[in-house]
Amino acid sequence: MTLLWILLLLFFGGVLAWLSEIFDSRFPRWIALLSVVATFIPLLQLYGSFDAQRESLWIIEFSRSWIPSLGINFMLAIDGLSLLLVGLTSFLGIIAVGAAWVEIRDRAGFFYFNLLWTLAGVVGVFTAIDLFLFFFFWEVMLIPMYFIIAIWGHENKRYAATKFFLYTQFTGMLLLVSLLCLVYFFTIQYGYLSFAYEDLLRLEVGGKLEMWLMLGFFIAFATKLPSVPFHSWLPDAHSQAPTAGSVLLAGVLLKTGAYGLIRFTLPLFPESSAQFTPVALTLAVISILYCAKVALAQSDIKRLIAYTSVSHMGFVLLGIYAWNLIGLQGAMMTMLAHGLSAAALFSLAGGLQGRLHTRDMRRMGGLWALVPRMAVVALFFSVAALGMPGLGNFVGEFLSLLGVFSVSIWAAALAALGMIVASVYSLWVMQAVFQGAQNPEEDQALLSDLDARELALYGLMMMGLILLGLFPNAFLDVSAIALEHLSSASDAFVAVRGRL
Amino acid sequence: MEKEFAAMPITPAVDFDDLLLLLPHELIGLAIVVGMLSVAIGRNHFVSTVISTAGMFAAGVAAAVQLYELTMGAATTMVTALFVIDALSALFITLLTFSAIGIAIMSFAYFHKLDDARDEFQLLLSLATLGAITLVSSAHFITVVIGLEMLSMALYGMIAYPVHSGAWAANSLESAIKYLTLSAVASATMLFGMALIFAATGTLVFLEIAVSTGPLFYIGLLMLFVGAAFKLSLVPFHLWTPDVYQGGPLPAVAFLATLGKVAVAVFVIRLFSQPQIGEVVAVSTVVALVAMASILAGNLLALRQTNLKRLLAYSSIAHMGYLLIAVLSISVPSVSGGNATSSLALESALFYLLVYSLLSLGAFGCAILVSSSEAEAAGVEDYRGLFWRSPWLASALLVMVLGLAGIPLTAGFIAKFQVLFVAVSGSQWALVGALVIGSAIGLFYYLRVVYQMLMPVIETKEAFALREIGLESLGLPLVLAVLTIVVLWLGVYPEPLFTLITAASSF
Repeated sequence: MTLLWILLLLFFGGVLAWLSEIFDSRFPRWIALLSVVATFIPLLQLYGSFDAQRESLWIIEFSRSWIPSLGINFMLAIDGLSLLLVGLTSFLGIIAVGAAWVEIRDRAGFFYFNLLWTLAGVVGVFTAIDLFLFFFFWEVMLIPMYFIIAIWGHENKRYAATKFFLYTQFTGMLLLVSLLCLVYFFTIQYGYLSFAYEDLLRLEVGGKLEMWLMLGFFIAFATKLPSVPFHSWLPDAHSQAPTAGSVLLAGVLLKTGAYGLIRFTLPLFPESSAQFTPVALTLAVISILYCAKVALAQSDIKRLIAYTSVSHMGFVLLGIYAWNLIGLQGAMMTMLAHGLSAAALFSLAGGLQGRLHTRDMRRMGGLWALVPRMAVVALFFSVAALGMPGLGNFVGEFLSLLGVFSVSIWAAALAALGMIVASVYSLWVMQAVFQGAQNPEEDQALLSDLDARELALYGLMMMGLILLGLFPNAFLDVSAIALEHLSSASDAFVAVRGRL
Repeated sequence: MEKEFAAMPITPAVDFDDLLLLLPHELIGLAIVVGMLSVAIGRNHFVSTVISTAGMFAAGVAAAVQLYELTMGAATTMVTALFVIDALSALFITLLTFSAIGIAIMSFAYFHKLDDARDEFQLLLSLATLGAITLVSSAHFITVVIGLEMLSMALYGMIAYPVHSGAWAANSLESAIKYLTLSAVASATMLFGMALIFAATGTLVFLEIAVSTGPLFYIGLLMLFVGAAFKLSLVPFHLWTPDVYQGGPLPAVAFLATLGKVAVAVFVIRLFSQPQIGEVVAVSTVVALVAMASILAGNLLALRQTNLKRLLAYSSIAHMGYLLIAVLSISVPSVSGGNATSSLALESALFYLLVYSLLSLGAFGCAILVSSSEAEAAGVEDYRGLFWRSPWLASALLVMVLGLAGIPLTAGFIAKFQVLFVAVSGSQWALVGALVIGSAIGLFYYLRVVYQMLMPVIETKEAFALREIGLESLGLPLVLAVLTIVVLWLGVYPEPLFTLITAASSF
């Protein structure tokens, strides 16, 4: 029931936020904040009562009959992996509401409605274990996100919003076709219709067909992740979205792609995934290096951060296709840490844009003297993003590399180069924006530094990153059983990869 | 040939029970007569609307009662050799009559200020509805012809209706003539096809066609399909559609797009669920090609449209293509060899049809709410900023457009999902590919409409006047609200309708 409550809280909170606008334009943001905080509390409770020794895989389950004539049930469940990701979603929901607090004045009710519905869709994606329900939420989260970009976006919002929607929808259709094939084969083999995850896991397709079905799933998730060559929607969507939209996109929506790979693609198609490993690792390495290089060529600060996101998500892909506990833990930690650091960096970029009315780094420079608190915060998160030991990103990327080292030394070695480029671009941004000479053409004397609201938000995210960096076991222990179960259950995967 | 004639069932005299079964038809017929007499006594737009609506409402209730009895186990009955009253016909008579009521309410508001006689539109509307319900309950080719002609004849009048109005700018006469010409060609083709089938099989009762071999039969079947494809505006017989949609008054176009197509589609579905017909490979190949062409051409041509009516016209072409995918699989033997697939195909075809008619009715209804016979909001840019000017209306239009695009939370998603499942189950990979590509292209133009609605209002440009909700249009928001709620409800919880359709598809 807890899971259903979280979903309903977000859905109805959204509707309420929209309607409350009639009375006062400040109500929606308070209602939104209350709803996301209210979702965080039961998650903390679940985390507190987490028992690492328990027998069952799912911590809690919820199941109701939904469309019995098509074998579809409303099944939600949460395990350690989902718990952490839902926790991240809820946490970044608070950050996103905070980021939008003063930025969104126009039609605020509808904005918070979309924000909460996006969050609800993402929570649904992380908890659905009926594949129809999963796909349902997968699509549901797109529409409010489209609205957020299309209504509150910047100068080129129409292009960006449409591109975002088309990319994800088209690849979503591929996912749907693969999913339906899978269900059809299940029906033939077992004699009844079912979309349940645990039923479909029992199905062994094998052969060329499995490869095609796997590709359908992979492309959908790799587009969301995103990985080269499906990434080109992301820089546009990020640079055009309002700050809260970027926070949600980078922090949460990208993680649904990685989650889909871990939860569905590899366990459902172990054999073809094993065969596909070299390709996936290559794509991951290309994503890491190529997008880091492209990031260096950007002058738009949001585009730059967007490309670094693709680069960091390459480590996630790397860790996933290592498909051992260490690699998966690395992917998971990278997701959490990148969620926080990217959200913070996008908030900073949004903050700069709000103050300077530009995202062009060539028009910035020497801001340290004017906004010292902002500069320090930016330094913290840049250093976190480049993988400084002691902060979460380091743990994640290190574990990913360690995991993949036992699978492919080459992939690990090349990907490690990405960490060097990461330090180059992180420090380069710091230098271009905050150090050097002030731009004489811009009137920047009246810039305001971070206020208490912003400081509180960044403080929360800093605490999160430090917690992830210094006490990684507090998180790793939670996801260990789930990831161990996932990676050890697919013998076929190990067997096939042994032969490669 | 003598022997085959003798095989025809000898039609018994019509008794009271038979008349009772045809109650929906009779009630609408009665309403038409009463409506004509009342116009002869004195013209009153409101009175004639009430008469025709009451007739359709009574017919709808009668059909709903029939549907209830049939799902509770009452037997399917042939009323003479001409009509069949089964759960399928009862379900669609209910749907068609209630949709027609919606259109009647819409057209009352739309034609309220027409500077010409307004009453006859309601009469024509009832007549066309009678044609449509005759078509869905037909068991005999004669009934098909009568139903189709009654539907089309009334539609010519409806499309050309505002031709003498001074304020009417669009080319409704051109539209009507185009529709008349092509519709007549289609009817002639169908008649020829029926004649050939009769020559080959010796029966006109298409529900009883037993043997099916020989070139005559195949050619006849193809001609029948071509005729139906004209009416359903499938590629390559679609050329009339955008022009007729653009030139005709909105209520007539709404009727044409929903009831006109649904009735013909139900006939096609009936025809193709005869095992001897659906399994003809030559025909099913043609149907598959037509489906693919319709999906791709319809979606591609819709991309560049700036007129909402033309856009909906092309999108309806694509939607009829999606529908054909399901229709095609009804009788194609599946890999598993089971009947399960074909009944799923039949159910999904019916579900798709139902959902499509609700969605397009809703979309046209939204357009009618901001239009009248003097000025139609036809351009996509007329809807700019609608979301901020009139959030409730825009939300309804949003639901309809997203539904047509097949986005979750709307019934359109469930419908598309089912069709895709049917195509995958039948291993129709080419059709699956067409569906995937088609719906991706489709998104692009549906999003354009959505985006226009979300754009801020330009203050300098004169905004399209919103209809003031006066007495004449009180019913319109109600109709739209009902449609929106139904579409959302079916998108989240379609099970009740599935149960109903399962019952209806076991004819």
